[in-house]
Amino acid sequence: MKADPKRVLTGNHFINGNHSATEGAIAAGCTFAAGYPITPSTEIVERIASRFPRVGGMFVQMEDEIASSICLQGGVWSGRKSMTVTSGPGFSLMMEHIGLAAITELPCVFIDVQRTGPSTGLPTKVGQADMMQAKWGSHGDYEIIALAPSSPQECFDYTIDCFNLAEEYRTPVFLMSDEMVGHMTEKVVIPPADQIELVERKYYTGSEKYLPYKREANGIPLMSKAGLGHHYHITGLTHDERGYPVLTKEVQEEMMTGMMSKITDNVDKLTRVEEFMMEDAEITLVSYGISFRMAYKAMEMAREKGIKVGLLRMITCWPFPEKVIRELAKKVNSMIMVELNYGQMFLEMDRFANAHCQTSLCGSPCGEVHEPEEILTKILEAAKK
Amino acid sequence: MENREVRLGGFGGQGVILAGMILGRAKSIFEDKYATLTQDFGPEARGGAASCAVILSDEPILYPNVFNPDVLLAMSQGALDKYIDGLQKGGILVIEEDLVKVGDIDPSIKVFACPATRFAEEIGRKIVLNIVMYGFLVAVSDLVTEEIARKGVEASIPSGTEKLNFAAFEKGYQYGIELKQKQG
Repeated sequence: MKADPKRVLTGNHFINGNHSATEGAIAAGCTFAAGYPITPSTEIVERIASRFPRVGGMFVQMEDEIASSICLQGGVWSGRKSMTVTSGPGFSLMMEHIGLAAITELPCVFIDVQRTGPSTGLPTKVGQADMMQAKWGSHGDYEIIALAPSSPQECFDYTIDCFNLAEEYRTPVFLMSDEMVGHMTEKVVIPPADQIELVERKYYTGSEKYLPYKREANGIPLMSKAGLGHHYHITGLTHDERGYPVLTKEVQEEMMTGMMSKITDNVDKLTRVEEFMMEDAEITLVSYGISFRMAYKAMEMAREKGIKVGLLRMITCWPFPEKVIRELAKKVNSMIMVELNYGQMFLEMDRFANAHCQTSLCGSPCGEVHEPEEILTKILEAAKK
Repeated sequence: MENREVRLGGFGGQGVILAGMILGRAKSIFEDKYATLTQDFGPEARGGAASCAVILSDEPILYPNVFNPDVLLAMSQGALDKYIDGLQKGGILVIEEDLVKVGDIDPSIKVFACPATRFAEEIGRKIVLNIVMYGFLVAVSDLVTEEIARKGVEASIPSGTEKLNFAAFEKGYQYGIELKQKQG
């Protein structure tokens, strides 16, 4: 289905990443948002509050992030595409309900504009240290999808992708933005509505009793919503296909297998990466989000010195692009993860490299993005090994 | 064209960020090329320090940081003191002449001074001093053409304020053109 022209601000804009993400959400058909403003994501909430009511949407400012993250789930069950927006401290508060969204297999979008942590940290400074939290923050095992934009244009494009993936896989999806991307202003080209492809929610239309967790051939159950006439039960407890609690090992296993495998069976399909100067690369930088742009500069500087460096940029961070890393590790001598934390996605890269090549981290305590010279120093160290 | 890098700094409330936004919008939207604006983002409010950097390019821009701009626009003494060392040799320094005093600087730097606050008051509203400075910057720096620069203003101001803002732009621009001829 195509986007609704009334909801698409077609044209060229000079706007920041936060405003651009908001326009992406509106174009994607999001009509419900609940949130609690927090730096550096506040511009998203501001724009939602101003724009949603004009395009048939609704925004509720809740009392905190715990409430926001459950309120948006009510929005989904009422039939709306729904989202919330936050940054580190708020993201921590949302963890319990992210677990609920995971076990109830709820299509919804969380935007985390990452700042420097832990705790209140540096509220106005950049970070990428919520990456593991996005995957593992709530208790128990679950799978999610996360994309990392590196520019205002990608904030628009990937927010639409997040909503589409949420509907396609019936799962929470995370846009892992950061302070610098959120506050950076660049040209954002918003295409005509008929060039924006949207995935719409699939509802049960059969005449038998609706079973909210009965899996279709593709492994994904059909949704219902208030008003369709179905009586069904939703719970955070282990449930069978009727949605009722059944507290046995067998039902737990069946539920988990279905919930996990709809993502894990599709890792290759979900993997999105970009490769730069990889043809003859002996050393590869691996990066995502804003850090990718710093890594690119460092790659150019290293190439000028005659060092054969390439760059792998991850668009999807979760599920981790394991196959790409596995194959790459057999081709290059060294892989360096460039990220604004003490080594989070590095752990995954190292795990899938499986000792086939050297791995190292160009990390950061956050606060500022890398200077390309820091990355170059790591490249020179790797070249010596 | 090589990348042009501009740093704009002043007090919060003077509109330096908006001036940078207008410049970036002019280049990226009305010249249909590329601009990246990054801003120092802190807890400061009105009266504190405000600054942004704009990269202008004919090619897509990947690396967004600016350490050594070729143009520095300073609307406060603090901004000049903080950023003058980063300005490239042979670069252009644009100042609000009643607010900023230039000390010893590299002789290769071309200095252009404009009494923008006074001009803005003459035009009728002190609030348009950033637009006066923007017009002046465009005249002395060749970052974008006058026509493109003006479209940037038009697209960035609230409706009903066109007359005031264009008068401010015109004043700064004309003063800049004359000063540039005078200074050679």
